[in-house]
Amino acid sequence: MSAIDFGRPTRVVRLFDGRLTFRLDMKVTGLVALMVAIALVLTLLTLASGEYQVPLGEVLGALLGQAEGRVHMVVVEWRLPRALLALVFGAALGMSGAIFQSLTRNPLGSPDVIGFNAGAYSGALIVIIGFSGNYYQIAGGALAGGIATALAVYGLAWRQGVQGFRLIIVGIGLSAMLTSLNTWLMLRADLEVAMTAAVWGAGSLNGLGLDKFWPSLIVLALIVPLVLMLERPMKQLEMGDDAARALGTRVELVRLSLLVLGVALTATATAVAGPIAFVSLAAPQIARRITGAAGVALIPSAAVGAVLLVAADFLAQRAFAPTQLPVGVVTVCIGGIYFVWLLVREAQRQ
Amino acid sequence: MSGDPVNRHIDPATLAGSSRLSVQNATIGYDQRVISQQLSVDIPDKGFTVIVGANACGKSTLLRALSRLIQPSEGQVMLDGKAISHYPAKEVARRLGLLPQTSIAPDGITVADLVARGRYPHQKFIRQWSVTDEEAVMGAMEATKITELSHRLVDELSGGQRQRVWVAMVLAQQTPMLLLDEPTTYLDIAHQIELLELLSGLNRAAGHTVVAVLHDLNHACRYATHIIAMREGQIVAEGAPAEIVTADLVEQVFGLPCIIINDPLAGTPMIIPRGSIPHVDAVSLST
Repeated sequence: MSAIDFGRPTRVVRLFDGRLTFRLDMKVTGLVALMVAIALVLTLLTLASGEYQVPLGEVLGALLGQAEGRVHMVVVEWRLPRALLALVFGAALGMSGAIFQSLTRNPLGSPDVIGFNAGAYSGALIVIIGFSGNYYQIAGGALAGGIATALAVYGLAWRQGVQGFRLIIVGIGLSAMLTSLNTWLMLRADLEVAMTAAVWGAGSLNGLGLDKFWPSLIVLALIVPLVLMLERPMKQLEMGDDAARALGTRVELVRLSLLVLGVALTATATAVAGPIAFVSLAAPQIARRITGAAGVALIPSAAVGAVLLVAADFLAQRAFAPTQLPVGVVTVCIGGIYFVWLLVREAQRQ
Repeated sequence: MSGDPVNRHIDPATLAGSSRLSVQNATIGYDQRVISQQLSVDIPDKGFTVIVGANACGKSTLLRALSRLIQPSEGQVMLDGKAISHYPAKEVARRLGLLPQTSIAPDGITVADLVARGRYPHQKFIRQWSVTDEEAVMGAMEATKITELSHRLVDELSGGQRQRVWVAMVLAQQTPMLLLDEPTTYLDIAHQIELLELLSGLNRAAGHTVVAVLHDLNHACRYATHIIAMREGQIVAEGAPAEIVTADLVEQVFGLPCIIINDPLAGTPMIIPRGSIPHVDAVSLST
């Protein structure tokens, strides 16, 4: 317990003679644990269900390497990579959304805001239509397009520093321009090529294997600790640039680093699976409403993001089985429901 | 801060020579727009300095330069004998606290949580909540009388309470110098006085050097030990209120014709604007 009443269940942790100290919001901690548990249960359900049903006990056995033959192939080789990708990409997108919503101080902030997804799609389209590139070339084109767009938005929004609102406006403008470019590219392409491009553009985890999972996990394992180290300065920025600077925050450095890391989190998912919309937009706000804590928070947003994407991919696989939907289509639907809910809430409040 | 009782009621004039914070021949402005040229100011140590002047005279800009929110394009701001731009950001924030004109309380933040953010310059990634942090936050909340509010949401507070929370956040920073940009602007008269009493108390009892931009000249005269009067980016006069505040100066700085009388309680100068007097007929006025 803390001697100060923070208005929330708070536990102070002091270890190693006070060299390692922090405050834990017990409600947030508990809810994050719950979210992680839900995500894992959903993952197990995804592994168990499908055209070939596997009992949960055998799923666990297969995960521990005790299954053989068909069960092993279905659970570990077919279903597991996709489920793992949904978990880590969901978390990455949720965390990325939290970064952008904190930086823009706007619940509509997301990597889309600075044109990342529109740019990534442009990059992918150019590679698909112009060079009929393979999977890795498309991923590379998407990365290049997304990052170039994000940098362009940042540069255009710069005027003695970057403000959240200006970033949003410039991002929307550039996104609109790129979207029209994308439409033009699609119109020029042959039907078959255009279909490939559209499938990529919907964002899908279909048919992804472990060869995609490990590189993604390694990249994210490098990015996430850096993001977490910047969480405190990020929270200082939420009080306004002047207040943050007066408290010793290096505002522009922190903001640029967070933008780069936020884009990198989304880029990892986009490069592998194509643009998956709405997870990064909705997860931070859902996390905020569940925990009731101040501002958007990285870890709860990541946990909610994981739940959302695992659930969405479960639906993508089962809702119209045997037809497999791209998970991006499901997240767009969930996003639509989320917006309706948000509107109703706001209307009730007024 | 030694807290030595002997130092408590020292006349700041005797310390006039010492200054930890000063501006030297600085040109300050935004983008291409120059606000002040060749500006030099010494902030008296352990004084309560109030910067006054008409709207857009450059007083907030001076405060922003003093707190390193903007860099002079020429000249220097000196902090403890070294250019302020040469300090690491957190080191400045351990010596000098600033309450900006506008700050944003994050949605759904509680009072104690906001005050605790003032501890940022003293914390590290692995040391986020030391015993010292806790004591500083408790002390700051006690000094601003908001301990009872600590669990409340900042959004739910009244304007006066909210401003005290922000002051508490700056106090939790535990800096010997406090800079405040128009801290009384959105407060009613009782809360304005309450806040000024608090700042004055911090200056006299705790030995903080306080620098504030204020709009109300009578408040400045009552509470300041040192007034800096500015006009068009330049300093017109500076010194103790009783020495510099005259009808001429007020006319020159604000363009306001007035007479000066003595505050019947404090004996400090008090400004009475001339203007028209709608409820009194001209005959009684001339007597």
